[in-house]
Amino acid sequence: MSEKSTYRPEGINDAFVEGRAGDTPATAQGGPDRPAGPNLPSLGWRGMLRWTWRQLTSMRVALMLLMLLAVAAVPGSVLPQRGQDAAAVLEYLGDHPTLGEWLDRFGFFEVYSSVWFSAIYILLFVSLVGCIVPRTLAHARNLRNRPPRTPVRFGRFPATAEASTTASPDEAVDAVARHLRGPLRRLPTFRVDVGSEEPRLGRPATRTVAAERGYLRETGNLVFHLALLGLLVSVALGQLLHYRGQAIVTEGRGFANAVVDYDTFDKGAWFRPASLSPFSMTLDSFDSEFASDTVAFAQARDFTAHVTVTEPDGGQHSDQIKVNSPLTVDGAKIYLQGNGFAPEITVKDGAGEMAFSGRVPFLPEDTMYTSRGVVKVPDVTDGQEQIGLVGYFLPTAVVEADGSARSVFPQPQNPLLVLEVYRGDLGLDDGVPQNVYRLDTASLTPSVDEDGATTKLLVKPGETVELPDGLGTVTLGEDVPRYVALDLRYDPSLAWVLTFSLLALAGLAVSLFTPRRRVWVRSWETTDGDGRAVTHVELAGLARGDDAGLQREVDKALAAVPGLADDPDDNQRTATED
Amino acid sequence: MEIAELSVLLVWGAATALTIALVAFAIDLGRRTEERADARAEARTPVAVGASRPTLASASTLPGAGASEGPAPARRRAAGIAMSTTWLGTAMLLVAIVLRGIAAGRTPWANMYEFTLVGSFMALAVFLGMNVRKDFKFLGAFVTGLSVLFLVLGLNVFYVAATGVQPALQNYWLVIHVGVAISATGIFTVAFVASVLQLVRDSRDSGSPYLQRPGFRWLDRVPTPTSLEALSFRLNAVGFVLWTFTIIGGAIWAEHAWGRYWGWDPKEVWSFVIWVVYAAYLHARTTRGWDGRRAAWFVVVGYLCVLFNFTGVNLIFNGKHSYSGLNTDTTGGA
Repeated sequence: MSEKSTYRPEGINDAFVEGRAGDTPATAQGGPDRPAGPNLPSLGWRGMLRWTWRQLTSMRVALMLLMLLAVAAVPGSVLPQRGQDAAAVLEYLGDHPTLGEWLDRFGFFEVYSSVWFSAIYILLFVSLVGCIVPRTLAHARNLRNRPPRTPVRFGRFPATAEASTTASPDEAVDAVARHLRGPLRRLPTFRVDVGSEEPRLGRPATRTVAAERGYLRETGNLVFHLALLGLLVSVALGQLLHYRGQAIVTEGRGFANAVVDYDTFDKGAWFRPASLSPFSMTLDSFDSEFASDTVAFAQARDFTAHVTVTEPDGGQHSDQIKVNSPLTVDGAKIYLQGNGFAPEITVKDGAGEMAFSGRVPFLPEDTMYTSRGVVKVPDVTDGQEQIGLVGYFLPTAVVEADGSARSVFPQPQNPLLVLEVYRGDLGLDDGVPQNVYRLDTASLTPSVDEDGATTKLLVKPGETVELPDGLGTVTLGEDVPRYVALDLRYDPSLAWVLTFSLLALAGLAVSLFTPRRRVWVRSWETTDGDGRAVTHVELAGLARGDDAGLQREVDKALAAVPGLADDPDDNQRTATED
Repeated sequence: MEIAELSVLLVWGAATALTIALVAFAIDLGRRTEERADARAEARTPVAVGASRPTLASASTLPGAGASEGPAPARRRAAGIAMSTTWLGTAMLLVAIVLRGIAAGRTPWANMYEFTLVGSFMALAVFLGMNVRKDFKFLGAFVTGLSVLFLVLGLNVFYVAATGVQPALQNYWLVIHVGVAISATGIFTVAFVASVLQLVRDSRDSGSPYLQRPGFRWLDRVPTPTSLEALSFRLNAVGFVLWTFTIIGGAIWAEHAWGRYWGWDPKEVWSFVIWVVYAAYLHARTTRGWDGRRAAWFVVVGYLCVLFNFTGVNLIFNGKHSYSGLNTDTTGGA
């Protein structure tokens, strides 16, 4: 075995590979602790680079990087992350101004795109490449290797067997070789060499078999690691090419797949608007079901959005979107991510002019769909004050004796709108972007009753209620339309991500469960105790690491020999028991 | 509701049977120690020299191979009781899980209470399965002990009434993804026991004064650290492949339900951490200077991460995987 054809990463402990010379018994477990110690270079910068590279691709450094990766991933689950919950990050920064600022400086609110987290996994992958590429080349050369030659003595091997047979040594050796090769010519279980030996060590001329199996183990290992690399590249490409848009659509309305039609739109660096497929979609209706039994009262049971899709070529078809089954249109997937009520609200100002009319999405805040919403009415007649309405929509309202109202079921059985009224300058003309779901009441004047408490208007569907302080009227539409929050996503790398994941899984399973074994056979003519001529067959087995099935493999190989003596206990003994 | 109550009753029954098994396993472990002492005394007499078999067997890589040849069947009565009560407890647990599924009208692993039931069942099933062909009874006291602990915790802390699940969970992936995750957890549990025994036995062998006390003599009767390491590795290898599948299956499901295959949700983070820790364990095993004891510590850390992922992540962090059923403020994909 030339030094060149095997590659082993620095620091790997693998007696099986070391034992290729042939007659080393397996001592993979509990071997003496031999720190390899880096070979300190005295070769200047070139040697230094070599040494650095060797260290980086060594097992020990890969292990350190893996441990670091595990530790570095933890803060992202403890601290709020911008990618998952930007509002929680702001809240945290508000609660812990000093600590938060420092954490933010070191990227603790975006752990998985932070410099240090990226550095760890990039180094890990560099280490992986440095380890895997030479190993792949070495493995490609080794694929044509022949099994190591039959060792001189079998005594010290972890699994041995011997027997006498009436068959000739040639027949015995051929039978074992056939058994070891297995039924498939193209993909033999063992690669087998049959040979002969001159008389030696008091033995006559012998026939030998040297066999080795388990090259798939290394193949699987390499496939696993290369698939991880492919996975990383696919995920990165997906990040560059993807886009995702969110839109709120109310019943009877629709949206077109165009950047302007989305409420929010994220895209990768290599995104081109041309990759938006020009389809459009209408939400026909939305159904929801909730449990009404006492155990799980008001728990959601089903959400279904019924939609009509208009394809780019003009064709139309009806479809539905559920929580667990997105709708696929032209490679883009549309998910149902949320739902709620968007009551139709009309506001007339103090002059009796129409100031606002439209559907206002109210965001559910609890399981009873107590939903919060805001109506901003800046377009009032000149001379009137701008109006801001803040309040709750209650699908099934119960009004208590003290006037407070709450929702007791998520379905619209007794809808009620509870509004507080503000007047003043809404600040929409300043050009500063505002959250449409929030009303900044700091500079506004609330309407109050005689006791100084904030006035609460209760509006039922179809009702028109007078606004206090002569601000006008507010009307709630007869029907309460539903809205759905849709999430449209396009990621061309998905198929590749899945392929590489499954390849990694398959490679992992093959590399962990394929036994790597060597079996040797020696057979020669001799005489038994009674002076009759018999053939003696002995076998030895060696496995990589601990292998419970090794003895069985050796025994089965022995059993393939024809003409074995009937009483196996007499002629066949095994060194370890199963 | 009657079926659900019967299920709870059966879980209590299973916990009781397993407690009896725990005691019987402990007695058996103690008895084996005496047996071993006797065998040692025998081996010292010249007559017994010819019977060198026990020495050979204990040097074998197969744990417990020597114990199965124990000469006195009466002494293994405790072991027999232990095994039959474990079988009984496991069977009761299985019936309890099935009844729970019938009562809820769905797959019975959708909240923390049900995870503890199925997870304990998987650990017990792996233990019983291992014992069908070989003698691994030395693990029994620890596996049944952990199972009783989990079951009682489940009944007292995590219990929620049997009911349906929210839309995000209504998918065949619930069966696959969660089922495989719980199987992996069961296997990791048994492997954890083996690794802890490996560490303790190794410490005793290398002369830790605390572990030399007579109370730890039973440790001589568990297999050698080398055999325990091999056992732990075989289990962890299976567990690791299943865990890899759990993550891939979870990613596919997340792609269906949440519109992204990976989003660093706390549960995803911890699943990733577990995967990396066990990957590090597999690397440590084959790294010079990191095999043996150090590698076993990875198993311990990995299993603690598994436990934390199951308890802490569900209860402390507010993520998309908060399916403990103990809080009702999640609108679940809505």
